[in-house]
Amino acid sequence: MINLDEPKKFRPLVSQAHQVAMNMLRPVSRTYDKGEHEYPRELDMLASMIDGLSESGAAEGAGANGVGRGDDAKAKERSQASGTKNGANLASVLSIAEMCWGDVGLLLSMPRQGLGNSAIASVANDEQLERFAGVWAGMAITEPGTGSDSANIRTTARLDGDEYVIDGEKIYVTAGDRADHIVVWASLDRDLGRAAIKSFVVPKGTPGMRVDRLEHKLGIKASDTATIIFEGCRVPAANLLGSPEVDSKQGFAGAMATFDNTRPLVAAMAVGCARASLDLTRDLLAQAGVEVDYDRPAQNQSAAAARLLEMEADWEGAYLLTLQAAWMADNKVPNSLEASMAKAKAGRVGSAVTLGCVELAGSIGYSETELLEKWGRDSKILDIFEGTQQIQQLIVARRVLGLTSAQLR
Amino acid sequence: MSLLNALRPGGRHGVPTSESRDPIGLVVAGLNRLAQSDVLDRVGLRKQAEQAVFTVTRTGFRSVTTASRTFARAGSAGRPGSRVPSSPRTGVFDLTPTEDEQMLVDLVSEYAAEVLRPSASEADEACEAPEPVLKAGLEIGLPVLGVPEVLGGISEERSAMAGALVAEALAHGDMGLAVAALAPGSVATALGLWGTEAQQQTYLPSFTDGDVPAAALALTEPTVLFDVLSPATTAVRQADGGYRLDGLKSAVVRGAQAELFVVGAELDGSPCLFLVESSTSGLTIESDPAMGVRAASLTRLHLDGVTVPAEALLGEADGSTYTECVRLSRIAWCALAVGTSQAVLDYVTPYVKGREAFGEPIAHRQSVAFMVANIAIELQAMRLLTYKAAGHVAAGKDAARSTALARKACADKGMQIGLDGVQLLGGHGFVKEHPVERWYRDLRAVGVMEGSVMI
Repeated sequence: MINLDEPKKFRPLVSQAHQVAMNMLRPVSRTYDKGEHEYPRELDMLASMIDGLSESGAAEGAGANGVGRGDDAKAKERSQASGTKNGANLASVLSIAEMCWGDVGLLLSMPRQGLGNSAIASVANDEQLERFAGVWAGMAITEPGTGSDSANIRTTARLDGDEYVIDGEKIYVTAGDRADHIVVWASLDRDLGRAAIKSFVVPKGTPGMRVDRLEHKLGIKASDTATIIFEGCRVPAANLLGSPEVDSKQGFAGAMATFDNTRPLVAAMAVGCARASLDLTRDLLAQAGVEVDYDRPAQNQSAAAARLLEMEADWEGAYLLTLQAAWMADNKVPNSLEASMAKAKAGRVGSAVTLGCVELAGSIGYSETELLEKWGRDSKILDIFEGTQQIQQLIVARRVLGLTSAQLR
Repeated sequence: MSLLNALRPGGRHGVPTSESRDPIGLVVAGLNRLAQSDVLDRVGLRKQAEQAVFTVTRTGFRSVTTASRTFARAGSAGRPGSRVPSSPRTGVFDLTPTEDEQMLVDLVSEYAAEVLRPSASEADEACEAPEPVLKAGLEIGLPVLGVPEVLGGISEERSAMAGALVAEALAHGDMGLAVAALAPGSVATALGLWGTEAQQQTYLPSFTDGDVPAAALALTEPTVLFDVLSPATTAVRQADGGYRLDGLKSAVVRGAQAELFVVGAELDGSPCLFLVESSTSGLTIESDPAMGVRAASLTRLHLDGVTVPAEALLGEADGSTYTECVRLSRIAWCALAVGTSQAVLDYVTPYVKGREAFGEPIAHRQSVAFMVANIAIELQAMRLLTYKAAGHVAAGKDAARSTALARKACADKGMQIGLDGVQLLGGHGFVKEHPVERWYRDLRAVGVMEGSVMI
């Protein structure tokens, strides 16, 4: 039965995340925006709390480690009983949106909640899942010469005995300095194209891997963004995630499967950040005597009210597309298309809403006395990483039009 | 002064009142008068103009409303009518229609594809829905979808979601015909939701017995910046307890055929709904064809000293029923926009893959492919927003905000989809050989129309 309201059973989880965001993240939000590269000590406490909640089951499987997987048989059984499942993917997007209502940069710095954790959760085998339980993993894909065309990466992994030797340079590694593990994409054989690209888990302290420098950024300054150099870095062969076979038919699919799971998460970040802007702006406008009347036509109201309504409608669309993608993942329905739709819509809505709110609030919005300007900066990365707006459109277009990557480039 | 006014060009022909004529302009205006004068015809310089024959395609033709059947009075006016309960609140996020809803959608989709779509172009041209088309719609039960089972309908619980899904499926065939087919059912749904026992027993048998009357929900008025919550049409209480209605409504679906109107009017400062039978004196209907939705034979309804009995008031007099009706109507228009936008996507997809330029299908170019991607993305967002609002209505939750958000998205993005659809076809989009120009015109209705249909 169609219902698009937030699942009732996740209400405690969401309100918990909201309280954390409000009472823990917001008070230090500006501090770590100013103090770029300072370690947010408050997060250690928070991470322990989140681990505790996960173990108690109160987290509903939410978080970077919970996405994408799940017991197929169990999911099937449950969906036969009640028709549909609201599981870890929905719980994750809802709680991540809530935390990003607090602060995107801090969410990205949350120990043991890295995008590398989602990659492990998505493609690791059972032995690896167990071995890498409890790690904090950053994700290293982008290179100085390669962004969106990740099939073109130059970093290589050469099998030598029972070890892989990794060589290359990775940039823009979120939580790259603070994480204790890095999931790195490298090619087994650059002549074999995308099918040869595999991901490897590299523990920090492994000789041959070093953090070269940290970036100074437009936003999400609380999150460390690192350049990592691999020089003759040796990892056990068992650290290759998924299958070591180079299967040209399956191609890139293994590595890309991660994205189907992480894109709704990034969409949720944009949704959360934009809602922070909307909530504050709605309040500021109300104080100035402007409130939206939802029953009256927008054009009969003030321009500010009409603008706010337009942004709310745009936001709600992004939010619902995000929930849809997560719900499909929970119910084992392939969601590549919907994940990209959510990411595309949420990415652009994140920018439109946060920047629109700065404009509506005038110099209050532009000044550092409020956080609106910060959200206007933080939101931009969400339309870039884990696949830019243009990459998402490309994926959606190929799927809708039924075209291959050779036809629609 | 009157001469001066006659020389001023403004206020007619779409010319703003601020315009003035210079001497050249006066000469040109004079030449134009001459060109239009029948003097030319009398001296045989031009073929005799054809006698203007009334068709609904001609703006401004006025006639009396059709004579309504005698709706046999029954039931007690003092007793509330039968009501269906809200659908259960599961608390689970779910995008799967119920089995019943899916069956209904399959049935209606077939009707939309095999009956509506093939008739759409001609109906648009003629500004009229063919009788057999409407009849087939009656046969699949469109008018009784929202009518409680105990009153001869099919709804056991609030069927707003089914209503939205059906409207979407119909508009995938054609929006104009969908509106024409849905209008009687909308009035029946309103009676089911808000009618007293007397109103339900007097009117609903006609909707459930097969010989379904044309009926229309008349909320819109032809004023700039029209605010549906403040209609200029007035209802004044009379000494005998009845009401006198005066005003002008627009976007009245098949007004010339309608036997029963639900008219929005302000009573003691609050907007209210009134049941008005077409035989009531003081009613005049005027053809009012528009940019799109033409198959719905849109008309204006003049109410000039129309008196109706006390029992004509439908629902509450405090504005609450009226406001609910406005929301239900907006959700219906959203669902129509979703259906028509899906039709656009389904049409442009094979087109851009088949159309070649510079040696390859234009779909292979990102500027074209990304437009299609954005249509798909915004369309799905529109759909989810619409379902959310419909779900709120079905579950008996407050739907004010969700309805407003759906309407905003569907009005803006729906129009963009119509626009992009035509653009993707280029010149082919602009000619009537392809249906996309019709969808472009239809999609502008969303955000403009109030009333006419509801879920």
